[in-house]
Amino acid sequence: MSEYKIIDHEYDVVVLGAGGAGLRAAVGLSEAGLKTACISKVFPTRSHTSAAQGGISAALGNMGEDDWRWHMYDTVKGSDWLGDQDCIEYLCKEAPRAVLELEKYGVPFSRTKDGKIYQRPFGGMTKNYGNETVQRTCAAADRTGHAILHTLYGQALKHNTEFFIEYFALDLLMKNGTCKGLIAWNLNDGTIHRFRSHITIIATGGYGKIYYSSTAAHTCTGDGNAMVLRAGLPLQDMEFVQFHPTGIYGHGTLISEGVRGEGGFLVNSEGERFMKRYAPKAKDLASRDVVSRSIAIEINEGRGVGKEKDHVHLHLDHLDPKVIENRLPGISESSRLFANVDVTKEPIPVVPTVHYNMGGIPTNYKAEVLTLHGSEQVIPGLMAIGEAACVSVHGANRLGSNSLIDLVVFGRAAAKRAAEIIKPEMKHEEIPQSETDKCLDRFDKLRNSHGSNPTSELRASMQKTMQSKCAVFRTEKTLKEGVEEIRDPFKGMDSISVKDKSLIFNTDLVETLEFDNLIRQAITTMDSAYNRKESRGAHAREDFPNRDDKKFMQHTLTWLNDTNTKIDYRPVNTSTLTNEVQYFPPQERVY
Amino acid sequence: MVQINLPPNSKVLQGDYYKDKTGSKNIRKVNIYRWDPSKNENPRIDTYEVDMDNCSSKVLDILNKIKNEIDPSIAYRRSCSHGVCGSCAMNMNGKNGLACTKSHSELEGDINIYPLPHLKVLKDLIGDLSTLYKQYESIEPWLKSSNKNNETENLQSIEDREKLDGLYECIMCACCSTSCPSYWWNGEKYLGPAVLLQAYRWIIDSRDEERKERLQKVADELKLYRCHTILNCTNACPKDLNPAKAIAEIKKMLATT
Repeated sequence: MSEYKIIDHEYDVVVLGAGGAGLRAAVGLSEAGLKTACISKVFPTRSHTSAAQGGISAALGNMGEDDWRWHMYDTVKGSDWLGDQDCIEYLCKEAPRAVLELEKYGVPFSRTKDGKIYQRPFGGMTKNYGNETVQRTCAAADRTGHAILHTLYGQALKHNTEFFIEYFALDLLMKNGTCKGLIAWNLNDGTIHRFRSHITIIATGGYGKIYYSSTAAHTCTGDGNAMVLRAGLPLQDMEFVQFHPTGIYGHGTLISEGVRGEGGFLVNSEGERFMKRYAPKAKDLASRDVVSRSIAIEINEGRGVGKEKDHVHLHLDHLDPKVIENRLPGISESSRLFANVDVTKEPIPVVPTVHYNMGGIPTNYKAEVLTLHGSEQVIPGLMAIGEAACVSVHGANRLGSNSLIDLVVFGRAAAKRAAEIIKPEMKHEEIPQSETDKCLDRFDKLRNSHGSNPTSELRASMQKTMQSKCAVFRTEKTLKEGVEEIRDPFKGMDSISVKDKSLIFNTDLVETLEFDNLIRQAITTMDSAYNRKESRGAHAREDFPNRDDKKFMQHTLTWLNDTNTKIDYRPVNTSTLTNEVQYFPPQERVY
Repeated sequence: MVQINLPPNSKVLQGDYYKDKTGSKNIRKVNIYRWDPSKNENPRIDTYEVDMDNCSSKVLDILNKIKNEIDPSIAYRRSCSHGVCGSCAMNMNGKNGLACTKSHSELEGDINIYPLPHLKVLKDLIGDLSTLYKQYESIEPWLKSSNKNNETENLQSIEDREKLDGLYECIMCACCSTSCPSYWWNGEKYLGPAVLLQAYRWIIDSRDEERKERLQKVADELKLYRCHTILNCTNACPKDLNPAKAIAEIKKMLATT
């Protein structure tokens, strides 16, 4: 192995990722006086939180009566009872305070006539336990994520958080089942940095890029999830991939659910508002898995629009242009740029597009990472938050606007828990050199690979397999083929080609490392999907169309060693956190 | 003696020529600025023949196509690919913009892609934005309010909230600042349009209680008044924002208070 210059650091806490969750955690940690480093492969405001549009849910009741228990019920139902109700209780109860805190930080929320935070209707959000639509989603026009991300970065600056920007994290440093820090590569000058920390918080977001068509950014490669797999720990519920009903046809750009919240609706080739057939009450505001499946059925049965009849239309041309201008300016811009559509005059061509990963690193509601070792165990020194984590508050299907609230509620929870655990007298232990060697061996091997398979080809092959074998509808046959095919690009890494050998901004090597991360998550996703022989939330099996609570009201845990997965199950928590609310027993899920 | 020539190692040389291998009849020549800090070489312009029959509509699609199919070593920042993250700001046929929202059909002739002007180049199309980020930090981009009541939000009227429109949408891509001649010459001291737009975003926020202090902080010969209303900034902004107007508003507030 070549010699790499290693620079050592010591921190109380290292936060990996500077999106909404990572920044909120960093703010809380800095406030608590903990020595905190926040590491990110992109400048914080470039994180994918910036792409969140419609809003952030919280039962503020600014626009009619609301109750956090109703929010909790909606989230449990949205999760198709795979969510852990103690965690969901924590999320929904803490949500109003978290949103008010964001407002105090300076988030430019849209306003009601009396000057309060504006809230809009969103899919699956209801009043009085499923009875009628409620306005719960707090919005800054249709740029809520962008507004929150920039504001949180400002707060982190205010609290003097130490940033390590454009550092690419390579691996966790583990010792006796405990996390002791991580190793990262500084893209700016090519040096390797070893961070020792009492607690490492993973906030690296989702891994949407395992699919060919996705609303995810180039950088959504789930680097933290892959680091957890390489550390010999499991990922949870990876089969649950959310398809957003309305990605722009052909480009994948997200069109916010806020469009339907403000009165937009979907139409098939016969001009029919088909959602009323699938969700008589909620119609276009049913939860995302339901709407995406309905669109897929319309297309499969020949009622799609366009030359290939392979998408549907989203209308908002009937809305008052003032509403569009004030509340949906961003999607007007996207539609013009990527669909060549003037939304005040024409419908937007849309198709279900990969959008969110409900699965990820298993944690409890304090953001501590869990594993199964005979019984459920906490991994000391390791936390996960945001889309990287699977708490699980979203279960089998996330409700729109529940992800932004997840970021800030659990970002704050992680900081709080870290402040409880870390004591002033705590010393950093020595980490075995073998951990550093193992990490740099992999790095060096990839950097010096001279094979015949370009990274881009292996990535495309992975993305096409995921797209065709693990889509909105799944069957035993497609998944079985998928389980085999998805291993090919992994094996292709034996002969991968990296042309750029340099160390400064070597984006060829970055993409190769990202591919190495993606393919591991693709395999765990495919295998987890194959093994779940029921339909629940976003996981729709044509051959097992019903939910099977007897066998599968359980979280899938998947370990990966080379291309071999080990799968185990952990029961869903069936109790609430406090007696302020009762457990919601499983029901049939209709909208 | 004053040196009026560029240093010899900054002269841009003709680089490699990548001929089309697909046999396409619809070819465009794309010239890209290349510089690798790990090699002791001058910058160069590499030329790529790109098959436009199999390329989506934006300049970023061209770059991705080159990186995926022709030359994986080319370095540029990119992320969201729909104009909200601000990563892929660069200079295309002489004008700054986002590669992910700029249609190549709007560019005439050969396509020339350079890093944002007047930044230290880190590699190929990647410029060093650290000075701009420090300047952003200097305007203290957070709400200053004594309201510690955690039970309710600060109230803000719809009209007051509307004053933030056209400001809070900034994605910090730096297209404006790096198109500004004043910023080119005084970039260390002049805050530049991107940062002044953000300064104004906090000055004008009705919830903020330190408007006066904020105004005083930027009221400086170099920080603010190096703006000579050239308006390149507004012309360059890929989000259709108007930094020049924000700067003018700051000047107006200072003149009238």
